[in-house]
Amino acid sequence: MSRFWGFVKKEFNHIFRDYRTMLILFGMPVAQILIFGYVVSNEIKDIKIAIYDKSKDNVTQEITNKILSSGYFVLDKNIDNDNQVEEAFKKGIIREVIVFEPHFAEKLEREGKASIQILADASDANTANIVSNYTSAIIRTYMKNELMKGDLPFEIDTNVQILYNKELKGVYMFVPGTMALILMLVSAMMTSISITREKEMGTMEVLLVSPLRSMPIILGKVIPYVGLAFVNALVIIALSYFVFDMPIQGNLAFLLLETLLFILMALSLGILISTVSKSQMMAMFISMFALMLPTMLLSGFIFPIENMPKILQWLSAIMPARYFIVIVKNIMIKGSGFMVVWKETLFLVGITILFLGISIKKFKVRLE
Amino acid sequence: MNEIAVEVKGLKKSYDKVDAVKGVSFSVSKGELFGLIGPDGAGKTSILRILTTLILPNEGSANILGYDVVKDYKKIRNNIGYMPQRFSLYQDLSVEENLEFFAQVFGTTVKENYDLIKDIYIQIEPFKNRLAGKLSGGMKQKLALCCALIHSPDILILDEPTTGVDAVSRKEFWEMLIRLKLKGITIIVSTPYMDEANLCDRVALIQNGTIMKIDKPASITSEFGRMLWAIKSENIYKLIQDLRQFEFIDTVYPFGEFIHITSKSNNMDTNSLISLLKGNNHSKIEILEIQPNIEDCFMALMNN
Repeated sequence: MSRFWGFVKKEFNHIFRDYRTMLILFGMPVAQILIFGYVVSNEIKDIKIAIYDKSKDNVTQEITNKILSSGYFVLDKNIDNDNQVEEAFKKGIIREVIVFEPHFAEKLEREGKASIQILADASDANTANIVSNYTSAIIRTYMKNELMKGDLPFEIDTNVQILYNKELKGVYMFVPGTMALILMLVSAMMTSISITREKEMGTMEVLLVSPLRSMPIILGKVIPYVGLAFVNALVIIALSYFVFDMPIQGNLAFLLLETLLFILMALSLGILISTVSKSQMMAMFISMFALMLPTMLLSGFIFPIENMPKILQWLSAIMPARYFIVIVKNIMIKGSGFMVVWKETLFLVGITILFLGISIKKFKVRLE
Repeated sequence: MNEIAVEVKGLKKSYDKVDAVKGVSFSVSKGELFGLIGPDGAGKTSILRILTTLILPNEGSANILGYDVVKDYKKIRNNIGYMPQRFSLYQDLSVEENLEFFAQVFGTTVKENYDLIKDIYIQIEPFKNRLAGKLSGGMKQKLALCCALIHSPDILILDEPTTGVDAVSRKEFWEMLIRLKLKGITIIVSTPYMDEANLCDRVALIQNGTIMKIDKPASITSEFGRMLWAIKSENIYKLIQDLRQFEFIDTVYPFGEFIHITSKSNNMDTNSLISLLKGNNHSKIEILEIQPNIEDCFMALMNN
């Protein structure tokens, strides 16, 4: 046993002495979660909009001024017939068209109610959501401050219509997705590199000619990374909860358990990569191209799986990250329990066992 | 003393289309210091890697302390100390940490076997907190030797331990090996340096994957059986050219500042050679009869 712990201690020494490893291990998760977080949910600024004022009275003018002076929006053009709306969107410059109905001020005065239609281009779902929310908020504030001065209960009805991507998918995607990405990187890439480093430096030669068996060598290499990846997962969850208000509706312990399962899966994948690659360079490239890119592109992290061509959908069906993302989303957002995600969990368990089995079989007790 | 520690029979090893080892047999007695002497690419590393169970032979067999290198590799790995050709310790761990790590891996402690490594470790102890990667070449080899010895192995296998090490460190290193031998450890060492052969009990001269000769260094040199002269002049390069032109001269090999020559009749009038050379505008000619060394024998064997 002391052999084994000696090995683990040595491994920690390697990690803590290499500032690049430390940077990847601890700097990257924080940076990534913050970057993804802010890119996805940050405030908007200077969004180009068009205004289609069918009324052109003093109230619509005032509302327009309020919107344009907010700092969030810039007027790109004024539109004066229905056909131009579609055209304006197609050019891709403007993100939003604000449509005032005819006789706006009159209606407001007479019926106490008038409508503004907000059309948003949701090919970028998140921006569309934010843009329309901001516009509504400005109009509501105007309504409260200016129109409610009198006793009459005026009401402006803002009617938001989201175009092109109506379900606004991808808003809460970044936390589960980043988590999958980082855990994959830390676990699979770092272990595969650290094992191949021993081969490259010739130290594997010495380790092999020792009473150490292959299992303790592999486990000794992997255990430090289980710990570090788990710490990473905690950091990501904490950041998303405290900085980005990502809810954790479900059981935290259950979430951590599933995370641990995913870490083990990624580690066994890392071991597998190390058994087939001869150098650190090769291990890194396999990790990058065979793991990172598919994890980002095919797991549903960035692009919705339903929109992919059939072949890619099948490919995505074997991406472990895809199932982990489903599990995390279910637990964090919907508060689901094991009964909802048991299939995904089973898949992760199965593939972990598969990877481990192959790696133990492929691990060489000799140099060739 | 004649108990067999290592026995190798008809060993063959090839990589793709290259035959690295072409049927090698030898045996090493317990407590012997055995040298594999030969140039780069002779097959020394392949033989040692087969002995250390790191690669499999294509043909032939080898056993260490009665254990077969293929079947009983686990048992062998408990009993040998191995120092690969390339420095193979953890460069980002300190001297002390490397030693402790290897002690732990072999299920022992530095204290337990300190006696064995004491002489060597004392020399690197002042640098025990330095990272192994920052040591000089000679220091690295001393540390590697300590690590290979830390579990008190019965057999020590060293692959070119003195390659790339300065002359003083080389000498020190061999002194250590001889001290270890006196403690009863069987040592197999490979080296491209012919002058190190004399420090071994027995040597195998290897060339192109075959063993040309196995014997005590003294026996090998005494079997040279020919007269040998060392000669030099001011223009060594021209001297070689000219000597090769003379009919009565057999072999001409440069050795440092001298040229070693043999004659076809195994006899030579050195005065007439000097006057011949003077006729070819050579000056400051020195010639003397010498005893052959291992390298002369190696060259002679190579040409047979």
